[in-house]
Amino acid sequence: MFLLYNNIKELSNDLNAKKISPIDLIDEAYTRVKKYDSKVNSFITLVNRNDSINTAKELLKVKTKNKSPLYGIPFVMKDAYVTQNIPTTAASKILKGFMSPYNATVYQRLIDCGAILIGKMNMDAWGHGASTENTDYGVTKNPWDQSRTSGGSGGGPSAAIASRFCTFGIGEDTGGSIRNPAAWCGVTALKVTYGRVSRYGAIAYASSLDTVGPTAKSVLDCAFVLEAIAGVDPYDSTSSPEPVPHYSKSIENSLKGKKIAFPTEFYNESLDVEISEAIFEAKKVLEFLGAKVEEISIPMLEYGIPVYYILAPSETSSNLARYDGVRYGGGRDLFTKETERRIMTGTFALSTSYYDAYYKKAQKVRTLFINKYKSVLDKYDAILAPVTPIQPPKFGKLLNDPIKNMTADLYTVTANIVGVPSLALPCGFSKENLPIGMQLMGSMFSEETLLNIGNMYQQETNWHKQVPNLIKD
Amino acid sequence: MIKTKLSPQEIKHIAILAKLEPNQGEEIALGKQVEITVEYISELSEVDTANVPITTQVTGLTNIFREDLIDKKRVLTQNQALFNAKRAHNGYFVVNAIFED
Repeated sequence: MFLLYNNIKELSNDLNAKKISPIDLIDEAYTRVKKYDSKVNSFITLVNRNDSINTAKELLKVKTKNKSPLYGIPFVMKDAYVTQNIPTTAASKILKGFMSPYNATVYQRLIDCGAILIGKMNMDAWGHGASTENTDYGVTKNPWDQSRTSGGSGGGPSAAIASRFCTFGIGEDTGGSIRNPAAWCGVTALKVTYGRVSRYGAIAYASSLDTVGPTAKSVLDCAFVLEAIAGVDPYDSTSSPEPVPHYSKSIENSLKGKKIAFPTEFYNESLDVEISEAIFEAKKVLEFLGAKVEEISIPMLEYGIPVYYILAPSETSSNLARYDGVRYGGGRDLFTKETERRIMTGTFALSTSYYDAYYKKAQKVRTLFINKYKSVLDKYDAILAPVTPIQPPKFGKLLNDPIKNMTADLYTVTANIVGVPSLALPCGFSKENLPIGMQLMGSMFSEETLLNIGNMYQQETNWHKQVPNLIKD
Repeated sequence: MIKTKLSPQEIKHIAILAKLEPNQGEEIALGKQVEITVEYISELSEVDTANVPITTQVTGLTNIFREDLIDKKRVLTQNQALFNAKRAHNGYFVVNAIFED
């Protein structure tokens, strides 16, 4: 079996025992990328192979006591995190060739652990999208069916994990951007609590919603990554001083006594039948594991989309104002149509005559969502929800339809609006062998609980171990 | 006021505020798409928000300060600062003229 099919714990043990070296992992990663990525297009920038080998060699020169579990592990990052010496583009022509003078905190923490970055990954430009079609670097194809999208905006990292090009990835979630592609590519991803991980060096989409998080083959791997990247950062004043638990420790606790909420409004006619069935089966597994799953009512769901599609475009219209081609980057004529549409919508919502009816109104409804979710999550350990209402669409279906493009985010946006964490993980396959994902939302800073529930589910199921036919030859 | 139709003048005005310069054909198409979006998000007017306060951020944090001291690790040299600029001159960023002469 390939090394990159193993999880972080196994690789870490083998690296420590010197059964393998980081160079073996790098070699395998690059061989796999060369063999399969032309069919997927998950990379925007593949780090030069020799540079990665040299990084691995430098790593081996230093005697490190108490090595991090991530030492020697190859990873990728959505191209929304700045890295010195490696270009950062946010998948836009505007930043083609941009070389940041500083490192994003998440990147710095990972390389300080000895993890090795092998690529900057494709995405919907600036985070604007749910399909990695709004990119100036070619679409990322779903490894499970290359006529379909990989999801977005973080399609690149998810497709790379699904194809086993690396061990983990760093994504970013503003309205579902790490969870949607995880569901559609059959991998695991965590949208963290707002403020759990520093956003310093993350190219901003919507600053009150953006979160930085891990994606990997399994919940347990996500836990190891989260341990390394979470925690307050003096460079990000919105990062939380809340202590960082040892996520990989409590991850095997029994689920007996855990209470999970099952909002009935989420499971209506807008939800694809196969997705619904898969989640109902997952519910049974959770019950088998000792959790109590209870039906509840959250009638506000449909208003999440307008709240998000007022707040996010408004904030992005402000954040993208900095791209004026003066200090860095190309001109504003290089924005895509989708991005222009979001900037315009946001500018409209913030303009004097409409500010109260739109932006301020959305901020008030945001309060209602926060209150509602708090009242539910005070009584339950998690909310079980679908990730997307539809299965991965064929190319062009979302990008050309503004309403469909927005409603793809139906189940994901509320976690961002409220600020709570949500773990997306595989829970089945459609009859056409397309991955299906579910998510577990928890209260603020409840990542430990979500990772525990998700990990025990993955000990009982094998969905997350399946790989696409593309890489089976 | 809840809005669902946007006139060409309003679209033009928004584009100017957003510092976007679509050509005429693009502006019309863009305007239509924005209108579709605005119509959808206008649904929010149905929600009763009487006496509900706004939320600006969800951290619960306030007044995160730091000492007024230089952090040398974050100081850029002039070259670093200018490195990505398309136009630089004698250590300055070049901007478009804002005065006519």
